[in-house]
Amino acid sequence: MTLSKILTAAASVSALLSSAAYADTTLNALFMSQAAYSEDNIKDMTASFEAANPGTKVALEFVPYEALHDKIIAAAGAGDDGYDVVLFDVIWPAEFAERGFLTDVTDRIPSDLNNQIFDGAWTTVGYDDRHFGMPWILDTKYLFYNKEILAKAGFDTPPATWDDVLTQSRAVKDKGLVEYPLVWSWSQSEAMICDFTTLTAANNGTFFVDGEPSFETGGAKAALDYMQTSLHDGLTNPASLEYIEEDVRRVFSSGDAAFAMNWTYMNALVNDPAESQVAGKIGVMAAPGVSGISEASAVNGSMGLGIPSNSPHADEAWAYISHLTQRPVQEEYATLSLPIWKQSYEEAAVTDGQEELVAAADKSIAVMFPRPLVASYTEVSSILQKNIHSALLGQTSSEEALAAAAKRVARIR
Amino acid sequence: MKRSWFASLALYAAAAALTIFTLAPLVWLVLMSVSSPTDLTAVPLNWWPEQVDLSRYGTLLNLENGSGTRFLSALRNSILTAGGATVIALVVAIPAAYAFSRRDAALILLFGFLATIMMPPITYILPLYEIFGSLGALNKTVTLIVVYCAMLLPFATWLMKTNIDVLPVEVEQAAFMEGASTAFTLRRIVLPLALPAIAATCMLSFLVAWDEFFYALIFTSDLQAKTLPVAIADFSAGRVTDYGVIASVGVLATLPPAILAICFQRFIVSGLAAGSVKG
Amino acid sequence: MSALTRTKEKWVLLAPAIIVLSLISLAPFLQTVWASFTDAEITALERNSTWIGFENYAYALTDPDFIAALGRTIYFTVVSVGLEGVLGIAVALLLNQKLRGRLFLRVIIILPWAVPTIVNAVAWRLIYHPDYGALNSLLLQLGLIDEYTSWLGDPDWALNMVILADVWKNFPLVAYIALAALQTIPSDLLKAASIEGAGAWKRFRSITLPWIIGPMMVVLILRTIEAFRVFDIIYVMTRGGPADGTKTASFYVYQEYFSYLRSGSGASYAVLVAGISAVLILAYYAGMRRSSQGV
Repeated sequence: MTLSKILTAAASVSALLSSAAYADTTLNALFMSQAAYSEDNIKDMTASFEAANPGTKVALEFVPYEALHDKIIAAAGAGDDGYDVVLFDVIWPAEFAERGFLTDVTDRIPSDLNNQIFDGAWTTVGYDDRHFGMPWILDTKYLFYNKEILAKAGFDTPPATWDDVLTQSRAVKDKGLVEYPLVWSWSQSEAMICDFTTLTAANNGTFFVDGEPSFETGGAKAALDYMQTSLHDGLTNPASLEYIEEDVRRVFSSGDAAFAMNWTYMNALVNDPAESQVAGKIGVMAAPGVSGISEASAVNGSMGLGIPSNSPHADEAWAYISHLTQRPVQEEYATLSLPIWKQSYEEAAVTDGQEELVAAADKSIAVMFPRPLVASYTEVSSILQKNIHSALLGQTSSEEALAAAAKRVARIR
Repeated sequence: MKRSWFASLALYAAAAALTIFTLAPLVWLVLMSVSSPTDLTAVPLNWWPEQVDLSRYGTLLNLENGSGTRFLSALRNSILTAGGATVIALVVAIPAAYAFSRRDAALILLFGFLATIMMPPITYILPLYEIFGSLGALNKTVTLIVVYCAMLLPFATWLMKTNIDVLPVEVEQAAFMEGASTAFTLRRIVLPLALPAIAATCMLSFLVAWDEFFYALIFTSDLQAKTLPVAIADFSAGRVTDYGVIASVGVLATLPPAILAICFQRFIVSGLAAGSVKG
Repeated sequence: MSALTRTKEKWVLLAPAIIVLSLISLAPFLQTVWASFTDAEITALERNSTWIGFENYAYALTDPDFIAALGRTIYFTVVSVGLEGVLGIAVALLLNQKLRGRLFLRVIIILPWAVPTIVNAVAWRLIYHPDYGALNSLLLQLGLIDEYTSWLGDPDWALNMVILADVWKNFPLVAYIALAALQTIPSDLLKAASIEGAGAWKRFRSITLPWIIGPMMVVLILRTIEAFRVFDIIYVMTRGGPADGTKTASFYVYQEYFSYLRSGSGASYAVLVAGISAVLILAYYAGMRRSSQGV
């Protein structure tokens, strides 16, 4: 072999090596395909991240919310082939932190951000005074109402209390405007617990007091009674017991209900003529309160972005998370999900065209009520789901259902 | 024997009922996939689409867009996984079947093989998940192939054994007399004779692997390895307002196994039934 | 060939299969049994699990929700396999008659079986849809119901509706095997019985059924194994609801593992499910044995 050949070979080897060193990093990111940002939104945000960060690519994966928790767990064992960024719900940080599934990112978060972001958003990612991600989706369930139907029933103002909701619904039903004025996502799922939590908050109820179940009586029981009554009186669409959020949106968008509880994302979609037959006739407000007890009610349904502890690309993942959660990006895509930044709510880019939603958000964010922040939340919730569902189906009374749930919760290992 | 007209009527009525019961859900799935969203959300339904809309198929078969990419990657993964597992399972099963059929391997061992598929997958899932996790082998097509191979193997061995049992043994003995090796005999004499059984076993194995959901749900996390059943489950529970899209995914995922089943229809009887009828 | 080399060769032929099954099935199974006596958990942290004896089993057997899930699984298995058996034999008897269009029928009944389980689940979920489902629309147009019904939302209906979907997909396999078995019955046998004056039912009971019981046993045991592990169709159609009305044993164990992250406890549930499934299969086997000899 001649020297020149050796040199050429050496040169090409080193070229290979260096190109390997600068090879693209591909991040695997897991999102959900339901409420909040749409897949197209996330793709656009990601494209702008990739453009600003040559060398980093992001592979997006979307699963239904119902599969999200288990996917994060199942991929935790996948080492380098798992996810680098995951979307997680406000109810999981306790569990994920205690088991080391998420990377502690407290030190990566600039301290000056603390006051710029809503406390309710920070709750989403916090456990034990540490942060396990950045809040991204600041969300709660709002009460949507069909102004046209309410006007026909003789109501010019939306309900001020949950009792008003029933009163107005009754009038709507009696006038035969729609068969079932109320539609909810009350399938045996987390979505039902969110509505239950909202009503519990409205009635000033609690889930746990000093670690002991406290949902058998008081506000939580009042919440379940309310749900039962609305079903029993034929005000709530009975198919609600089979619905998740998307079904609620579909029913409400076709004008088959006067009221619906749903997340922020429905506001834009129900007012989009391509997606809805009631565009422009819809009002949105913070879920009401109960007279003498509360002014408004809301559940903290926020979600955050975190880095699974098995990710080999924590730095790149954090760069991506920082990009998605920064103010300008959130303000650009503020129709399906509202920003976590307090300042954003003063920006015309955010408020224009959705003043009502922003006003509702102002009220809701202030009263956002958390679901129990315990490591065994997933199990607590599925016990509640089963028992509440059986009460709503008329299999048991509200007392029996909640007592059975409390008994079962006490038995969790 | 001559049938009474009443018996004939009853038979044809039963045949008609059977046809409707069998075909109605399938026909409806196909109709949904070509109906407009407004037809599908009418109450009561518009059973027959006013206009045939094939656009959903166009979208799904187009790599340029999101759902197309997802569908086609899942299709690729499913073909690789089911195909790979079937081939490997057969390659491993045929020698074993031959040992049971012609080399007096203890049948209790075959029962042992079969016992492994009687256990529900939940008894295997977690240790497998942990082992593959520590090997860095989760979310890989090859991992699913290995797992599916173990899942298909016992049944394939049993099917092949019962089918080799009924082959004439004389030809093999003649070959051995002339000094042929077992490998040669197996390849040149047994395999050609057992071809229908192999076809049936291949088809059945492929369909079982194509259908598998549970392992794929736990072991795969993205387009790299996710198979069609998992992709469909994710797809149908997401933000989909148009049920026609779900229907068209279903139709496309059904086509490969349906074509296989129809083409190899007579092998099911000759292969599977030979196994169970005579075994 | 000497006896020794034949023995050796036997093991060479079997080796690949034994290796695959030992690594992918036997070893994990033993590990699951072992884990069922520990308090193992799914966690990303270093954690040594402790041997806790039969504590998991004691907990599992006093867990009313698990017992209920087992009961539902047995119900699902017995009812769907039973229906598949009856429908399968009936269809096979029909297809065994001289009938115009018999070939067409034979081709189309294989189709449901070719539909992947997940597609089957998705398709039936759409058919049962409370607002836009084909079933509701059909029954309403036929005047059989007054208003749309939430089939999968009603605890009395849900599991049975899932069973219907399962039967639709799986009866063809049973029918195919039954048909193949029927075709091996010598026609003289039936003729002779008919000349002796045996009615159709008598002929079926005394000749046809005993003749086909063997193959039927094989296919029904196969179906039982599959039905007892039912997970995918539930995962897609109902996710265990309403009010746990369709939560089956496999789904329960899946939750114990991947939602509650208790692998030790989950393993004990898994072992119990496997044991009961084995008992059920043996019972089938014994029962059919008896019925094939008793006639």
